[in-house]
Amino acid sequence: MSKHTKSIALAGALAAALSAHATTAAAEGATEKCYGVSLAGENDCAAGPGTTCAGTSTVDYQGNAWSLVPAGTCETMELPAGMDDMMRKGSLEPLDRDMAS
Amino acid sequence: MTHIEQSLPNSVGVGYKPQHFSDILAGAAPVTWLEIHAENYMGAGGRPLAQLRALSDHFPLSVHGVGLSIGGETRLDPDHLGRLKYLNDWLQPASFSEHLAWSTHDMGFYNDLLPLPYTETTLRTVCDHIDEVQNTLGRQMLLENPSSYLAFAESTLSEVDFLAEVTKRTGCGLLLDVNNVFISATNLQMDARAYIDAFPLAAVGEIHLGGHDEDIDDHGAPLLIDSHGREVADPVWALYQHTIAKSGPKPTLIEWDTDVPEWSVLTAEAQRAADLLTPVSA
Amino acid sequence: MTQTISQKQFISAAMDPNKPVPQGIVGPDGGAAPKRFAVYQNNIMVGLKAAMQDGFPAVESLVGKDFFAAMTDIYIRKTPPRSPILALYGAEFAQFIAQFQPAAGLPYLAEVATLEYALRRSYHAADAAPIAAESFENPNVFSARVQFAPAMLVLRFKFPACDIRRAALGGPKPTAQAQDVIITRPDLDPIATAFPSGTAKIIEALQAGMPLGEAIEVAPDSLDLTTFISTLISGAAITKLEYDHV
Repeated sequence: MSKHTKSIALAGALAAALSAHATTAAAEGATEKCYGVSLAGENDCAAGPGTTCAGTSTVDYQGNAWSLVPAGTCETMELPAGMDDMMRKGSLEPLDRDMAS
Repeated sequence: MTHIEQSLPNSVGVGYKPQHFSDILAGAAPVTWLEIHAENYMGAGGRPLAQLRALSDHFPLSVHGVGLSIGGETRLDPDHLGRLKYLNDWLQPASFSEHLAWSTHDMGFYNDLLPLPYTETTLRTVCDHIDEVQNTLGRQMLLENPSSYLAFAESTLSEVDFLAEVTKRTGCGLLLDVNNVFISATNLQMDARAYIDAFPLAAVGEIHLGGHDEDIDDHGAPLLIDSHGREVADPVWALYQHTIAKSGPKPTLIEWDTDVPEWSVLTAEAQRAADLLTPVSA
Repeated sequence: MTQTISQKQFISAAMDPNKPVPQGIVGPDGGAAPKRFAVYQNNIMVGLKAAMQDGFPAVESLVGKDFFAAMTDIYIRKTPPRSPILALYGAEFAQFIAQFQPAAGLPYLAEVATLEYALRRSYHAADAAPIAAESFENPNVFSARVQFAPAMLVLRFKFPACDIRRAALGGPKPTAQAQDVIITRPDLDPIATAFPSGTAKIIEALQAGMPLGEAIEVAPDSLDLTTFISTLISGAAITKLEYDHV
């Protein structure tokens, strides 16, 4: 790859980005807002409702005593074949990240 | 006698919740002022500060700290006090208040208003901390009575005597949470009206009203929990009426922190308080 | 003389239900009051668990409510907040998950937690005015050094963490690509945009002071430069273009 290919591509990209700026930004922003940051971690001076067990029962986390397994949307994620298989098996092998450089 | 230097109006405010931002700017009546929890506005920027900037243009604000740990046995966190000073200097709020409680120990912040025994020792510590706060902020603060679920065998002072002594020694004002008085009186089987009658009402710069949950203790006795998740209970309204009949009108706040309702539900509560304030304001 | 209860005693008993209620904590009859003490134990845990739920909705969705509650119970008792600002609580959660054996079957979970916490950091980051789009029309723009808004964050992931998060919150299914993620805050809401692995290197080079024209040369071949530049410009991520000589 010759030295300044990407700079040349960048010139075109800048022009395209500037002309498309307003429209694409608005569209992407609207979609992402559905998955946006909620009002995370607000301080207040209220008590937790009721004296129920949240504070008085600890979770026994000593190896075999742990009986829970993840049971949420991870089960229905239906990731594409290769990665899905890797994730379900719990492989810690990372994907080949370096596609090019 | 302590002179109240705070400048909140003797009318009704509510605890500000970000989900009500647009409703409030569209027309807040009968709400005339807002209270914010200081710790929610200690980020560097973004929406929380942008909203606060907009609100401060339209409403008198009360800054209510919930994490300074004034009742803590160790020294106040200088970083946190610095953040409070920054917020106060920026907003110049009509009122600044904190709690008679603690929440920090050894670097850990435990996110609750934890109780302290009332003794000569804790009295000295609390007064030292309030002196430090008032000196640092350069203003008078209000100290709020807690809701109690238990007592300490080691206590030698009543809560009212403790608070009266604090205001006398430090010149701070008091924030009288009438719901907390009702909760504590029920939980510790004392007389709520007697508490109000003994309270130094002239030092009160603000009143809080909020909802509570009902539970029972180990022996089946009522145990009320300060949940701020529903309407103010009828006996608390009655106690409020008893209070303002004696004290005269006071800035009154409706608190609703959990299961936060529609703005209209909150304004209905505010209207109820306003209706009780009107006759004593004449 | 009644024994005094130190706050250290109080809090260690409150945070460990296996410890007895300190002597001298009493009810109105002067007798022991374990259920009254439990109100505080409960308040602390309920409040902090709610803060974790609010802060990590995708992690909770992925593992389910029960697993999340049990996992955060352990995290909170091990890592209580060190600051009264709850908005920033959970900084070490991703690290905790990475070492949490019962979650080892979901190796991407820690990355999703990292992403959720980064979105929160961006949400609270300092405000900074972006430069006008016309500034990029300067013919010398390739020699410019770029300054970014504090709300712009870049993350490198081994998994498609951005897509997994979105899918966990009800969005479309993830792709099988490792992703770098750029977080921008065009107005007040942070947006996470996924890019091919290696894209982060461009931002890192720019942050290190490399001129735009040189930094762009490290871009991975699969990167769509127009999308990349659009994301930064429309995301209000660039606050200054600096030129050595005009």
